[in-house]
Amino acid sequence: MKKYEAIIGLEVHAQMLTDTKIFCGCSTKFGSEPNTQTCPVCTGMPGVLPVLNRKALEFAIRTGLAMNCKIAPYSRFARKNYFYPDLPKGYQISQYELPICEHGYIEIVVDGEKKRIGITRIHMEEDAGKNIHEGDHSLVDLNRTGVPLMEIVSEPDIRSPKEAVEYMKKLRTILRYIGVCDGNMEQGSLRCDANVSVRPVGQEEFGTKVEVKNINSFKFVERALDYEIKRQIKVLEEGGTLVQETRLWDSGAGVTLSMRTKEEAHDYRYFPEPDLVPVTVDEKWTEDIRATLPELPDAKRERFISEYGLPEYDADLLTSERALADWYEEAVKSGGQPKAVSNWMMGELMRLLNEANASIEDCPVKPAQLAGMLKLIDKGTISGKIAKTVFEEMYKTGKDAETIVNEKGLVQITDENAILKTVDEVLASNPKEVERYKNGEEKLIGFFVGQVMKLTKGKANPKAVNELLRKRLKEQ
Amino acid sequence: MRIDRKQVEHIAKLSRLSITEEEKDIFGTQLSNILDYIEKLNELDTRDVTPTSHVIELTNVLRDDTPRTSLPLEDALGNAPDRTEKFYRVPKIIE
Ligand SMILES: [Zn+2]
Repeated sequence: MKKYEAIIGLEVHAQMLTDTKIFCGCSTKFGSEPNTQTCPVCTGMPGVLPVLNRKALEFAIRTGLAMNCKIAPYSRFARKNYFYPDLPKGYQISQYELPICEHGYIEIVVDGEKKRIGITRIHMEEDAGKNIHEGDHSLVDLNRTGVPLMEIVSEPDIRSPKEAVEYMKKLRTILRYIGVCDGNMEQGSLRCDANVSVRPVGQEEFGTKVEVKNINSFKFVERALDYEIKRQIKVLEEGGTLVQETRLWDSGAGVTLSMRTKEEAHDYRYFPEPDLVPVTVDEKWTEDIRATLPELPDAKRERFISEYGLPEYDADLLTSERALADWYEEAVKSGGQPKAVSNWMMGELMRLLNEANASIEDCPVKPAQLAGMLKLIDKGTISGKIAKTVFEEMYKTGKDAETIVNEKGLVQITDENAILKTVDEVLASNPKEVERYKNGEEKLIGFFVGQVMKLTKGKANPKAVNELLRKRLKEQ
Repeated sequence: MRIDRKQVEHIAKLSRLSITEEEKDIFGTQLSNILDYIEKLNELDTRDVTPTSHVIELTNVLRDDTPRTSLPLEDALGNAPDRTEKFYRVPKIIE
């Protein structure tokens, strides 16, 4: 069997976080009653005129800058004509030959290797409505009609489903960092179509391209592409030929199904939208918007490594969400040792958040409170083991570590005489184990430590317990 | 310029219109006549005119992202030929 490689390009639709639609003042709120967020403009009544939402335009420029694109000094809208019940005007206002952003890239890391994925273009367009199929009829809800979208088109630079997933993740992270899209795939604010072809390794020209639509969840990006690549290779291996077509990902069955072939493909008859005036963006406007960009994920990741001495793994995870990175930095600024803060966040904090299905924004523990708890460990007031209990309590009650330690009497026993008393008690009540220890079963030290910790309810300083036990056993 | 039956069928399909055999001939003639009429514009010498998609010399007509009241449901669905309580109702959509 020949070796094949996949060529993948992704078209991602991202819903912009504006309050109103792209060409009218209707609300974009998700989950409202059907057909309560429409007006004559978005339902395409005769005689109305669309007016572009300034924020949507600025969001598109913002996105282009964050993805290293050139911002077009002159761009315009175009009509994409097709008839479908969820498109009341009979055309979608989109951008065609003059999009707002072009020629960008983002970087992904796959198996430790950095790779650049080109962004062909980013354009603005309006969303269509929603169809619900019911018996002999379809029901149409036009609330979503006119909601502002960005279509982000990648170059065919992606070579595996894994790279595609990393690309989607990075795209989502950037969109969320810059606050233009919430990145929620389940609610449809981030949707992905893929162009997929395969070719024998070494072959220059691309194979026949298939478009896979409806990849509407993160886990399906990898599964849908995996399936489609294997399907294409199988067709070729069996001596067949591939047809250029659109296929729909059926997540229930885990397969892609043919929707339509190129012969009957839509002919969109694009032409410049006469109802909207062109958009011009000068350098000053571009730079003003650039100045409002936050530190982007890649830069933040590099800084976390150099400034806090974090391993790449920690830096990756902590910068995957802006809120998480901010929380981390605040905890460090409050005096937490950088690696210790990272360990606690990636361990206990994430565990508790996941259990509660909560995000860092809802975290009941404040960054300074974690730093405060770490100080108690450093000072030897509490042991690392007790700290876990304290932290859980902090998460439950929102109280400071110090308060909890005092209230629950969890202060670590470091007083040698107090520990020694317990050590002697344990040795006296376990004469057989003492005998075995003296006969060479040194691993029994763990048993003795465990007994002392049990009697002191975990409050004894483990290091001191260990030392005192060995000393006493030697003396016996 | 002649629009033949095949083109008429293609346009009808894109527009989701079903037309009779007789209409294909009628619309073919009518569309051809319209295109011939528009062809007249080609007689103009536009060598020194910059191509434009817009006749008004305006750019960046923008509005603020401030919500406005939408139509009440009854008004929105008022003209629908068919509806349910909350939705427009159309013949079953098959791709
Ligand atoms: Zn509207």
